[in-house]
Amino acid sequence: MAAKNIMIVGVGGQGTLLTSRILGGIALQGGYDVKLSEVHGMAQRGGSVVTFVRYGEDVAEPIVEEGQADVLIAFERLEALRYAHFLKPDGALVVNDWRIDPMPVVIGAAEYPEGILEGLEKEYKVYAVNATEEAKKLGNSRTFNLIVLGVAAQHMDFTKEQWYEVIERTVPPKTVEINKKAFDVGYTL
Amino acid sequence: MSERRVIMLGNEAIARGAYEAGVKVSAAYPGTPSTEISEYLVQYKEDVYAEWSPNEKVATEVAIGASVSGVRSMACMKHVGLNVASDPLYTVSYMGVNGGMMVVVADDPGLYSSQNEQDTRMVARAAQVPVIEPSDSAEAKDFVKRAFEISEQFDRPVIFRTTTRLAHSQGLVTLKDREEIEDKPYVKNIQKTVMMPGNAKIRHVEIEKRNKELAEAANTLDLNRIEMKDTKIGVITSGIPYQYVKEALPNASVLKLGLVNPLPRKLIEEFASKVETLYIVEELDPVIEEQVRSWGIKAIGKEIFTVQGEYSANMIRKAILKEELQIKEPAKAPGRPPILCPGCPHRSVYYVLKKLGLHAAGDIGCYTLGAVAPLSVVDTTICMGASISSLHGMEKAKGKEYIKNWVAVIGDSTFLHTGVNSLMNMMYNKATGTVLILDNSTTGMTGHQDHAATGKTLQGDPTWAIDIPALCRAIGVKNVVEVNAFDIELLEKTVKEEVAKDEVSVIITKTPCVLLSKAKKPLYRAIPDKCKKCGMCMKPGCPAMTKAADGTIRIDDTMCTGCGLCDSLCKFGAIELVKEGDR
Repeated sequence: MAAKNIMIVGVGGQGTLLTSRILGGIALQGGYDVKLSEVHGMAQRGGSVVTFVRYGEDVAEPIVEEGQADVLIAFERLEALRYAHFLKPDGALVVNDWRIDPMPVVIGAAEYPEGILEGLEKEYKVYAVNATEEAKKLGNSRTFNLIVLGVAAQHMDFTKEQWYEVIERTVPPKTVEINKKAFDVGYTL
Repeated sequence: MSERRVIMLGNEAIARGAYEAGVKVSAAYPGTPSTEISEYLVQYKEDVYAEWSPNEKVATEVAIGASVSGVRSMACMKHVGLNVASDPLYTVSYMGVNGGMMVVVADDPGLYSSQNEQDTRMVARAAQVPVIEPSDSAEAKDFVKRAFEISEQFDRPVIFRTTTRLAHSQGLVTLKDREEIEDKPYVKNIQKTVMMPGNAKIRHVEIEKRNKELAEAANTLDLNRIEMKDTKIGVITSGIPYQYVKEALPNASVLKLGLVNPLPRKLIEEFASKVETLYIVEELDPVIEEQVRSWGIKAIGKEIFTVQGEYSANMIRKAILKEELQIKEPAKAPGRPPILCPGCPHRSVYYVLKKLGLHAAGDIGCYTLGAVAPLSVVDTTICMGASISSLHGMEKAKGKEYIKNWVAVIGDSTFLHTGVNSLMNMMYNKATGTVLILDNSTTGMTGHQDHAATGKTLQGDPTWAIDIPALCRAIGVKNVVEVNAFDIELLEKTVKEEVAKDEVSVIITKTPCVLLSKAKKPLYRAIPDKCKKCGMCMKPGCPAMTKAADGTIRIDDTMCTGCGLCDSLCKFGAIELVKEGDR
């Protein structure tokens, strides 16, 4: 099979790295070759963060290039817009319908674009979910990334049990139950 | 142990490789993208001693000492750290090794987290140190072992070069057991270990000889391999660009180099003679290309490839295959540059400096982010420790009055790295000027590593903590003042007083990094009815605060860390602490 290309984008501190680890784990469990690439250091301090996950029979480069992502997982609307051109024409965009103003917007040097999702829907298959609000209902707003992952999981070929297993292995032991619950919310949305 | 396949970060794989290769001593200073090597080594503390050293020069010297005593050792750093370490590097190149020695250096093409783009292979060539370069996590682990074997066989220290994309990518590796390498006996041999002129002269001849032997051996070394396919296109490449070549040109013939200094001339000549057009694909500088051309071999390189940033398969398709790629234009979206975290104590200090209209000579760390709007306080960033010494230069150039408009800002880890030397210089050379040590009790930017003042070692043991105020006093600074970063009134008063003095002052703003504490933090909420829309609370640029459509303030409860800076700036009581039950 051709390598499956997945991207996760968000704002530094939103948990893109943890989510990419779960994706790497599920690919390994599926018996695939897998490569992941991520951003550390200065770039992650509240900045725009991108991680790549590629799996298949034989994966060479660790990055996903423009026009080649099968699934783009965005934890914030503006970041979805920024990286949407990485999607294949028939790729799926799973986006947390949530706004975090970047500093140029906060200080009035730039404007946060209106109508991002409506615009993206014209070009891509968009699956929007207000995961932050859903996570608050679960009692832990930080688990929103597992809800988004749950939605994205519907576009990948692994069973729910496989996902559960990987989540159990990857997230901190104390948060296993809440994270599984969050994944479930997304998986059934 | 039965063989087990796992996913590993490039840096984790290097640590695992060091463990499996029987390394006993490792020293490092954190620097993105090299930091995680040491952090992963900690899990093998039963077998490997690993430490944070105050800087890369010290780390390299620690590794040299361990090698001299007969064990396998390593030092880890980023490319700019190699500059700090270059003094011992150039000389250990002459000394050679007893136990195998490796210096891991991580370059940063694309400048994800660095102040320059620098090609370590250039430094290695100048220092005549062999360079080994892996292409993915599996090779990163396996090549470490080969690096030590080559180090010992040819009596050379080895640079293990990675780049950000390799260091921070994950791939599959197969775990093996640790090899127990017997310590080599220490035999006194001052001709080899005392590099005074007479001995060094002889060693220079010796290393030239060893390098030639290694270059000859490189022609058959398993680290270099030819993958012969269609002969129309031949590519010489190494490291991460090899993966891009495989992706873009699956049918091309490839000479993949694992040893990139010295180069295997015969192997390259043989490969070049078999292909129609030879390309050289290497990120950053034309290090391989210039040597290959110097041997009279025709090759295409930097005339179609850039010396800046990272490469990609798309870029190679475009340059070599002249493919016109159908790629959509990226959407116009406002940038999202990195910023100080919500609750960061540096924000509070910069707010005060900005209010007082001061310029800051800056340094390397999170606090470099004080250069960008809305704080815009930091005017210079050069390298570790340069804030204090460049402030000194300004004072010597323009005088005591001029420097009353400036301060130097430096972090605690950076102060111990090389800032302390610069402060010694200020005292020795009769300077005036104010230095702010923004002490957040950690090495913040690289992800919270310990250092000589935190009271904890890399391996997690409690230890002596350097008393930074006492250290400054010992250097001779009379005016050493400690202030809580969030006490903005006292901080403002202190800065005003200290910059007015015709003496050296050190102000230490000791407030731990907001990300250090795992405790549940309080949070603040804006009360729209009381908000006068004056914008005072927005001035420090806290990312948790936004303006609502009606101009009043909102505080994002998923981001607020409860530092209270906004509350202390609001004159109208429009910001309140949220009670525990109301969250």
